[in-house]
Amino acid sequence: MTIRSKIYRVLIHILLIIGSCVMIMPFVWMLLTSFKTASEATSMNPFIFFPPKWRIENYIDVIRQNNFLRLYYNTFSMIFWNVLCAVAFSSMAAFAFARLNFPGRDFCFGIVLFQMMIPTQIFIIPQYLMVDKLGARNTIFALVFPGLVSAFGTFLMRQFFKGIPAELEQAARIDGCNIGQTFLLVMLPLVRSGLVALSIFTALFAFKNLMWPLIVNSSTDYATLASALAKIQSAYSVKYNILMAASVLAIWPMILIYFIFQKQFMQSVTTSGLTM
Amino acid sequence: MKHRLSKARINEWFWGWFLIAPTTIGLIILNIIPAIQTFYLSFFKSGDFGRGNIFVGLENYKKLINDPQVWGAVRNTLLYTLLVVPIGVFISAIIAVLLNRNLKGQGIYRSIYYIPVIATPAAVTMVWRWLYDYHYGLINYVLKQLGLNPVNWIDDPNIALVSIAIISIWSSIGYNMVLILAGLQEIPKVYYEASNIDGANAVTQFFKITLPMVSPTLFFVITTSVIQCMQVFDVVYMMIDVARPSYDRTVSLVYLFYNNSFKYLNKGYGSAIVMVLLLLISIITVIQVKLQKKWVNYIS
Repeated sequence: MTIRSKIYRVLIHILLIIGSCVMIMPFVWMLLTSFKTASEATSMNPFIFFPPKWRIENYIDVIRQNNFLRLYYNTFSMIFWNVLCAVAFSSMAAFAFARLNFPGRDFCFGIVLFQMMIPTQIFIIPQYLMVDKLGARNTIFALVFPGLVSAFGTFLMRQFFKGIPAELEQAARIDGCNIGQTFLLVMLPLVRSGLVALSIFTALFAFKNLMWPLIVNSSTDYATLASALAKIQSAYSVKYNILMAASVLAIWPMILIYFIFQKQFMQSVTTSGLTM
Repeated sequence: MKHRLSKARINEWFWGWFLIAPTTIGLIILNIIPAIQTFYLSFFKSGDFGRGNIFVGLENYKKLINDPQVWGAVRNTLLYTLLVVPIGVFISAIIAVLLNRNLKGQGIYRSIYYIPVIATPAAVTMVWRWLYDYHYGLINYVLKQLGLNPVNWIDDPNIALVSIAIISIWSSIGYNMVLILAGLQEIPKVYYEASNIDGANAVTQFFKITLPMVSPTLFFVITTSVIQCMQVFDVVYMMIDVARPSYDRTVSLVYLFYNNSFKYLNKGYGSAIVMVLLLLISIITVIQVKLQKKWVNYIS
């Protein structure tokens, strides 16, 4: 390696490290502020960077006012059901769309494409009216409702099923598997990476979604972490030390999951990008 | 024999129908009928105090054309998209290119840049609001230390949209970068080796090999980013309340749709606003697909 290319490499590292700092800084500031008192957080002269004493009062305050255990329960129940429905129904439909011949197949796949091409806001008012008519506002079911089926998931999984060589399927059929057995026992294990990607996408989407839980579950008992944050913000307005504690409480579970399943998160992005 | 074959075929039909049934029925109930309903609702005025909807014909659309807030929202949404997509994709592409040269710690950088994608926009906007705070925010503190004037990031109508765009760029870089990096890594190394032998320099290689080879990925990144930006809600909602002085200059179409449908409870007008969004996204998508032929290379 020449000296010039060494200098070049060091420069790139410096650039990337500065970028990394920009990416992480807001989270660091969130964490630091959450351990300060209001006067420490707003002190300008002297400017206080690190909390002089790491206080957990803000956390106690925000947990006392808001039932965070309940919020975790609501959010993760919603995620659980959305992922389960997306994985089960999408892989079933995707297998049929990719591998079977039957009348009406292309028309029904057209419905899938139609859903994907249209902005989701178009569905929201009627979906809300349906939930309202069912008397299901302020329930976990209401949170799960729009995600009971997934056009995106069906499309994604169809690409995965299309990539499997036909010989495998034929071999299974010759061995006496019926179509259902072929799907469950032979094909489904082969698209595992697709299922993981779909689960991650569905979970992240549900976790981040703000508008739907805000509309459909106005009661704080059935809020999700995201929609509860919106309410907490209007309740505490500029008490940023408390707001930051609430933010930390809202984001840590997903960040933890991300650090555990980092490899799968990255693969989910790349596989979706390359298959779509 | 013929009889058995057709039996197998009918068997396949039934399996097909059975397997697609949940998704198809679900999509019809949750998406197809609602899409028609929203279009239908856009010709009605929502009745007050439990009275039924009143048919008003094109009234909502007439009101919409004369509503400066709707035109403002169209302007804000387009401007926001024009800020976020080019800058966001450009920065993501540069980081991806830098990471693509077998750099030590590539994996660590990639994980760090991806963290903002994982965080809830509601929480992310809250911390940025705090960073942007006029009196006590970290950003203005740094500006003051550098001898610069503090900026009213949230309440200055001329700046608030840029502040919002910065948050969105910051939180989308990771996702776009991972995609572009994957696209770059798909390019066979032989191409570069061959052009090295031919004496091509780095710049020529970038424009003759890298850019054309990664253009399908770039097209995917750009189209998905544009559609996402046109539907922006969370960040604007969390950052700008209706009472803020910068509201009119930042409100997005979806935020306006939300306010009209669920705050002012005029679902008919809200539906009409969503139709404007649909129209805009359709036009932009058609333009993008047309332009795609000019710059995207598909090998197969």
